[in-house]
Amino acid sequence: MLPQVLKTSDLGAWVEALMAESRVAAPVLKETNVSDPTDLKFGWQYVPDPADVRLDYTVTVLGPKKFLWPPRQKLVRYNLGAGAEPEAIIDHEPHVLLGVHPCDITAIATLDAAFAKDVPDPHYLARRSDTAIIGLDCGAPCDESSFCLDMGSLYPESGFDVMLTPLGDAYFVEVATQLGEALVEAAVVRPATKQDMEAHQAFAEEKRSDFHYKLPYELKYLPEILDASYDSLVWEAIARQCFSCGSCNIACPTCYCFDVYDEVEVDLSKGCRVRRYDSCQLDPFAEVAGGENFRQERASRLRHRMFRKGKYILEQTGRVGCVGCGRCERACVAGISIKDTYVQIAGSR
Amino acid sequence: MTQTDIEKGAAAASPYVPKMARIVAADQMTETERFFRLEMEGEPLAYEPGQFVGVTVFGVGESPISICSSPTQGERIELTIRSVGLVTGALRTFEAGDRLGIRGPFGNGFDTGAMKGQDVLFVAGGLGLAPTRSLIRYVLDKREDFGKVTILAGAREPNLLLFREEIAEWVERSDADTLVTVNQPDKDWKGNVGVITRLFKQVEIDPARTCAVIVGPPVMFKFAVLEALAAGVPEHRIICSLERHMKCGVGKCGHCQIRGVYVCRDGPVFTYEQVKRLREGI
Ligand SMILES: Cc1cc2nc3c(=O)[nH]c(=O)nc-3n(C[C@H](O)[C@H](O)[C@H](O)COP(=O)(O)OP(=O)(O)OC[C@H]3O[C@@H](n4cnc5c(N)ncnc54)[C@H](O)[C@@H]3O)c2cc1C
Ligand code: SF4
Ligand code: SF4
Ligand code: FES
Repeated sequence: MLPQVLKTSDLGAWVEALMAESRVAAPVLKETNVSDPTDLKFGWQYVPDPADVRLDYTVTVLGPKKFLWPPRQKLVRYNLGAGAEPEAIIDHEPHVLLGVHPCDITAIATLDAAFAKDVPDPHYLARRSDTAIIGLDCGAPCDESSFCLDMGSLYPESGFDVMLTPLGDAYFVEVATQLGEALVEAAVVRPATKQDMEAHQAFAEEKRSDFHYKLPYELKYLPEILDASYDSLVWEAIARQCFSCGSCNIACPTCYCFDVYDEVEVDLSKGCRVRRYDSCQLDPFAEVAGGENFRQERASRLRHRMFRKGKYILEQTGRVGCVGCGRCERACVAGISIKDTYVQIAGSR
Repeated sequence: MTQTDIEKGAAAASPYVPKMARIVAADQMTETERFFRLEMEGEPLAYEPGQFVGVTVFGVGESPISICSSPTQGERIELTIRSVGLVTGALRTFEAGDRLGIRGPFGNGFDTGAMKGQDVLFVAGGLGLAPTRSLIRYVLDKREDFGKVTILAGAREPNLLLFREEIAEWVERSDADTLVTVNQPDKDWKGNVGVITRLFKQVEIDPARTCAVIVGPPVMFKFAVLEALAAGVPEHRIICSLERHMKCGVGKCGHCQIRGVYVCRDGPVFTYEQVKRLREGI
């Protein structure tokens, strides 16, 4: 399908049409009473009213990960008593994520690869294949914390069904998949003209000049640079500030470590196995019976996170483990920055 | 990642659903360790020595536990479980006839192919005898496939020694040398006294053809590796099984990760050469 144009004033009607088919999640305003408009806090949620959708958002506190991978997810249900008969709970329904920025599109691709590789995880993948993604291109960096250009997440080539580019009072609408075509059919759009295409090109050129590299090296060198830093005291130095609170993991759109536990219903007739987000920064994460803990030192846990984001996930999945969204830095009370850390280790030998 | 990869995965069976197994024998081996023989209710489990399973107590949770039997023994699987917490504690009351959930087998297991024709030296301390026993039984059942077999087993006290009767049978065998030691003897103990590494003095090792399989608590492991290296056994033929916190067994949850390695998937069996490179390994 050739590019289309959607007038901003027709967005609400499109959202309403989409909502008639399935649930639609999008960024909405969460905190309004701030003096500085750049302090507005946006969050992802299922849209109650098309008027709440805020495609002018800068960055959300948390990404849209929770729609694909809920913070708490039931995996297995079983009976207590004679026959347990455990069975999988695979909970999914079609939904649309509207307005996903390039970094989060890239992050979802990382989760896709992680959950599909080796032993596939249908609890994630069933939700994923029932998810339509309408991307929204960024014209300028959200803030100082982000370094998406460095991490190669600013220009995703796939992982979305539709891509919207804001052009003043209209969106340039590109369709990437068949599903995307069906979504766009519900909108009042017109084919893009030569002028629209030129405006889209101009947006792309301005975008290119608005983003700047923040790391002093190319992404492809990051794994080796991390390796060279393994024994550096830099980890201890940074870890001095760290509280091991795990907020960085919770905020991260690519973190996918989890804990598993069992729950029993009050009448003791049934139970279920549940997973929830976990954090490698918490002390018991790597502890085993007998009290042995292989990452007891805070510095070794911090290093593990930085290595996982910059090296291990990439090696495991072929996808970047960090998309440079800056959320972990914004979430950190101690102000620990993964970007600054990756800059700081550049000189390690 | 294409849409079809995702769809294929979405239709796959969940790796988190346990299969049902029935306990056919249970035995309180020591104060804290309980032995179970299980029969799967559906297909028997196909496994290799050194692999492990996830054991579910419904309503309580799941724990990773080494299979301590060998596939050469038949279709039933055996486990030795030390009671240390929630799940393992709940298992203390489980008897023959009770049912458990089993996931797996997980992990790589011992590379029995690479050990063929070699001398095998087993060094097992404490609960380390459980995973080691799967390979000991395997090697003894396929005795002609291997060279000289030496078994060193150690426990803190005589009443903590696992598989006592079986060890007595191994001691009787003329085609294997079995030595046992305890740190603190009681008045009935007539065997060796002292840490397990002392037993190295009593055995002859041909470093050119020996695989040393060393499984036990981290401190024992370190000193036993030292002895094996001192005897000239190369690092790639010193073999161990690592324990890590594990929640999924399928390379997802991240708990068992050591640098770039997932112990549940790439291990738990590693050579000392590999463990040494991992740095966070021991
Ligand atoms: C590959 C592998 C093989 C094992 N084989 C055996 C075996 O043959 N026999 C045996 O008795 N034990 C074995 N263990 C150890 C056993 O898994 C733990 O003792 C058990 O999970 C503790 O669970 P719990 O609910 O009883 O204890 P909890 O109440 O959960 O906790 C008690 C202690 O165990 C640790 N622990 C909790 N969950 C795990 C976990 N999933 N993995 C590791 N440690 C954990 C906790 O950090 C804590 O220190 C093995 C562990 C691994 C990883
Ligand atoms: S959010 Fe900051 S303080 Fe908390 S664990 Fe992460 S790096 Fe440490
Ligand atoms: S590590 Fe930090 S910057 Fe990188 S993707 Fe996660 S939250 Fe974003
Ligand atoms: S146990 Fe979950 S990744 Fe290994």
